[in-house]
Amino acid sequence: MADTFELEICTPDRLLARERVTDAQIPAANGYLGLLPGHAALMAELGTGEMSYTAEGRVRHLVIHGGFLEVLQDHARVLTDAAERADEIDDKRAQESLRRAQERLTKAAEGVDVARALNAMKRAEARLKAAARNK
Amino acid sequence: MPSLIDIRRRIRSVKNTQQITRAMKMVSAAKLRRAQERVVSARPYAKLLQQILSDVAAALADDERVSELPLLAQRPESKIQLLLVTADKGLAGAFNTNLIKSSQLFIEEHPGAVVEIEAIGRKGRDFWRKRDLTVSGEYIGLSGKVQYSDAAGIAKKAAERFSKGEIDAVYLINNEFRSVVSTNLSVKRVLPVEIRAGAEPVDFIFEQPPAQMLASLLPKYVEIALYGAMLESTAAEHAARMTAMDAATSNASDMIEKLTLYMNRVRQASITKEIIEVVSGAAAAE
Repeated sequence: MADTFELEICTPDRLLARERVTDAQIPAANGYLGLLPGHAALMAELGTGEMSYTAEGRVRHLVIHGGFLEVLQDHARVLTDAAERADEIDDKRAQESLRRAQERLTKAAEGVDVARALNAMKRAEARLKAAARNK
Repeated sequence: MPSLIDIRRRIRSVKNTQQITRAMKMVSAAKLRRAQERVVSARPYAKLLQQILSDVAAALADDERVSELPLLAQRPESKIQLLLVTADKGLAGAFNTNLIKSSQLFIEEHPGAVVEIEAIGRKGRDFWRKRDLTVSGEYIGLSGKVQYSDAAGIAKKAAERFSKGEIDAVYLINNEFRSVVSTNLSVKRVLPVEIRAGAEPVDFIFEQPPAQMLASLLPKYVEIALYGAMLESTAAEHAARMTAMDAATSNASDMIEKLTLYMNRVRQASITKEIIEVVSGAAAAE
């Protein structure tokens, strides 16, 4: 069996990665999935969170927000609404948006979209975590 | 015969116009390159999504729940929404005219249906606003920088109305970018979604029930179809404008050449006339 598989990460704007990787951790809607070469064919909806994979002995981190995962024989395809590499994340902006989301949640009474605020908070937290990993 | 000064003035004015058209051509060329890159970089996502969609559909081939999904519901088309993607600006040859003509043709071809226009781009809106037809929505100024979120918003609205049964079909008219000199006018139905199932079903492990996955894949599919169409349209617009402005620039060159020739003839005629006057004056004095 091959010891790597091909991983494609795609957003509507661009192809973020197409690499041979040895393993990948992906945040699915119901919890994390670990992929190794030779994984069975799989379909999953993705959640918001950090994902990571190992290519050429180096671990890469990124943040993805929703989407779909398809695993086929020698192939994993991640289709996500938005994705950022850990090194592209702006720490300050992420912190700022986390603060804003928390603020919105604490005064939820005034017709705030709670689901949206929660989502924003989750996203900001994932971003901060990934950015911290990268250091 | 016009005077020399008049012709010179005319030449100067044509030259000025030529400068403008040349500048517009260069601007379009630069914008085209960027737009083209975006079209190309958006293609993998659309391709992968199509793939996943057909794989899921293949796995669900004999599931009767599929036909219950609201975005797949086939109904007689009595109310049709037409997403018309045009440019915001003109000066791009037949770019907008062809789009508008084909939307008129579309309406003629569907005589039994009530058609409403969702205008993406100023030119399409301006045309249909003046006519006896509902313009259900207008989106102007998006083509400058096409954003996924804009496309998604329009698509979501259409999908919602379709699910509620307010409209029975959604069609999309736009120009597709083929190459700098050729664009392709495309008219296609985006709702209800037509799924081509993959050749052989793969035995997938589904983390979510497949029917639920299909239900969340379908809206995404509509969004990406519109997003792709808007990107293509922007690239095609710049290509059309570039070609049009190139033609205008070379027409201006031809005109300048003709005018210069004419101006020289006029100048020579006047010199000849003066010489004759001098010579005949001298002859008369002898």
